[in-house]
Amino acid sequence: MTVFKTLLAIITLGLAAAAGFAVNAWHSPIDPVFPPKAGTFDPELLRHGAGLAEIANCNSCHTAPGGRVFAGGRAFATPFGTIYSPNISPDPETGIGLWSEDAFRRALAEGVDRQGRHLYPVFPYDHFTRLTREDVHALYAYFITREPVRAKAPANELRFPLNFRFVVAGWKLLFFRQGPYRPDAGQSEQWNRGAYLVEAAAHCGACHTPRNSLGAEKAGERFSGGEIEGWSAYALNAASPAPVRWTAESLHAYLRNGWQRAHGAALGPMAEVIDNLESVPDDDLGAIATYVASVAGWTNAEPRRAEKPVTLALTESAAAATPREGDAPGGEIFQATCAGCHESGRPLPYGGVPLDKSTGPSAATPTNVINIVLWGVPPAEGKRSPIMPAFADSLDDRQLTALLAYVRAHFSDKPAWADLERSIRTARNGPPMAYPAHGIDTGEPAAQQGEEP
Amino acid sequence: MKLKVNGREHEVDADPDTPLLYVLRNDLALNAAKFGCGLGQCGACTVIADGEAIFSCLTPLLALEGKAITTVEGLGSVENPGPLQRAFIDEQAAQCGYCIAGMMMRAEALLRKNPQPADAEIRAALMPNLCRCGTHMRILRAVRRAADLMRTASAPEGGKRSER
Repeated sequence: MTVFKTLLAIITLGLAAAAGFAVNAWHSPIDPVFPPKAGTFDPELLRHGAGLAEIANCNSCHTAPGGRVFAGGRAFATPFGTIYSPNISPDPETGIGLWSEDAFRRALAEGVDRQGRHLYPVFPYDHFTRLTREDVHALYAYFITREPVRAKAPANELRFPLNFRFVVAGWKLLFFRQGPYRPDAGQSEQWNRGAYLVEAAAHCGACHTPRNSLGAEKAGERFSGGEIEGWSAYALNAASPAPVRWTAESLHAYLRNGWQRAHGAALGPMAEVIDNLESVPDDDLGAIATYVASVAGWTNAEPRRAEKPVTLALTESAAAATPREGDAPGGEIFQATCAGCHESGRPLPYGGVPLDKSTGPSAATPTNVINIVLWGVPPAEGKRSPIMPAFADSLDDRQLTALLAYVRAHFSDKPAWADLERSIRTARNGPPMAYPAHGIDTGEPAAQQGEEP
Repeated sequence: MKLKVNGREHEVDADPDTPLLYVLRNDLALNAAKFGCGLGQCGACTVIADGEAIFSCLTPLLALEGKAITTVEGLGSVENPGPLQRAFIDEQAAQCGYCIAGMMMRAEALLRKNPQPADAEIRAALMPNLCRCGTHMRILRAVRRAADLMRTASAPEGGKRSER
């Protein structure tokens, strides 16, 4: 971000903060209460709350690497500084143990904590505000009966003036619209259920919608693709780069199993999201899949590249793949290092996905492909899972550039990635981005794989 | 092309996309590195190139120009085993032995960078290498012993010998 843009952003936020301060900066604390005992809640309610917490992916953000679940302390590097997730276990001193249900509801619905302080919007209350009263009740019952963990999250390291929480009041004035999900009467009950779960609980847009310079989701670009933790979250709308059409059935299988036979395996932070969906009922996953498939409008789409006759694709790419003088030969590297898995015809999930079906090579940026090739896909702990070796130690930047330029030219119909070598260099010098794939623990991994495209 | 293995230059007559493993075994008769899966999933083929452990089954010759390659043959000989080999023998860390050359090279790369690794670091480093016999605990002990041997070997004469 340029200095000018940063200044502009700070001035805008400053003005909005002043206005916001006048309108809604101050909130009173809500009195502490002793947490209700576990036995006071119906087990069915707790199960419902657990399912919602899974869909909402709460544990991903509120658990530090290697730390206790919900004890917080995970660092989030944002353009505005580093924020640490708070402890949401019911510890009275360091967690939410003294929070009443009203305090809990206010945090989700308004982004204000029990003490009356504004919460930073890295906590996606812009989505959670859409949750129904009943669902918030179930979530409260679930969280207040977890095991308390005493753990204080490190203090946030935010740039001035964002270290003052009242600035968030200005942000809310600009971008935050409180209120419940409003069903679309023109759509089916299942579609509305899916839309509610996606918007209110799963907050898919937090990663899959781009953000503006003040960190808010761009209202006019819903689901047109965003970034998260050094990974690209692909567009889910008509701009999806997927070379194979997603259907409600294939999305359902993908969210259930962590892979889909026509698309491959979920990787990066999405694998973790899918890990969290394990006990979510099929009805709910099906509803989510129905809604997400409709966001892209796949049913009316032109056939995608990987569905076109292969000969055409090969002719198109042959010209594009012609190596330049002095290039390391990407095709030869591909044959020696990648083809053994990706062109072996071994069935997924353990065989490599044929790259003309994979979304990575067709994506707008090479981010995810670079991460995967540099750092590989480590095995899921204690479960069978797809894996991929890392190539950071065996291929240098020039060789990787040649390889990925070849992959782009050969397996997508998109123009070459700009600045490929620089992106590779930057990624290599950054922290390793290895996420295990989702563990495959169904007895019949090919089951429920959705229709063949 | 020229290939530098265990300190010696070799002139190799092979296509540039030939995996290093085939050249080591078939052309140079360096048979320590093994063919296991051919997919970079078992680690039996692991060798060192410029200090990094790599899967030789997935690395084509053209990616190795000018790099110094080390295989188990470069760690010592039957008559005069190097500290890592000594440690694996002392701990009897091999059962069938098929994975051991890869394990040793992965461990060698680790110990060159980190002479005193913690157990968790050894486990993390060896993760890409599989052993199907189940001698993992002995392998871990051997790597720890090798680290001790390497430290005492470079210590001044009369330095305290490791008791482990």
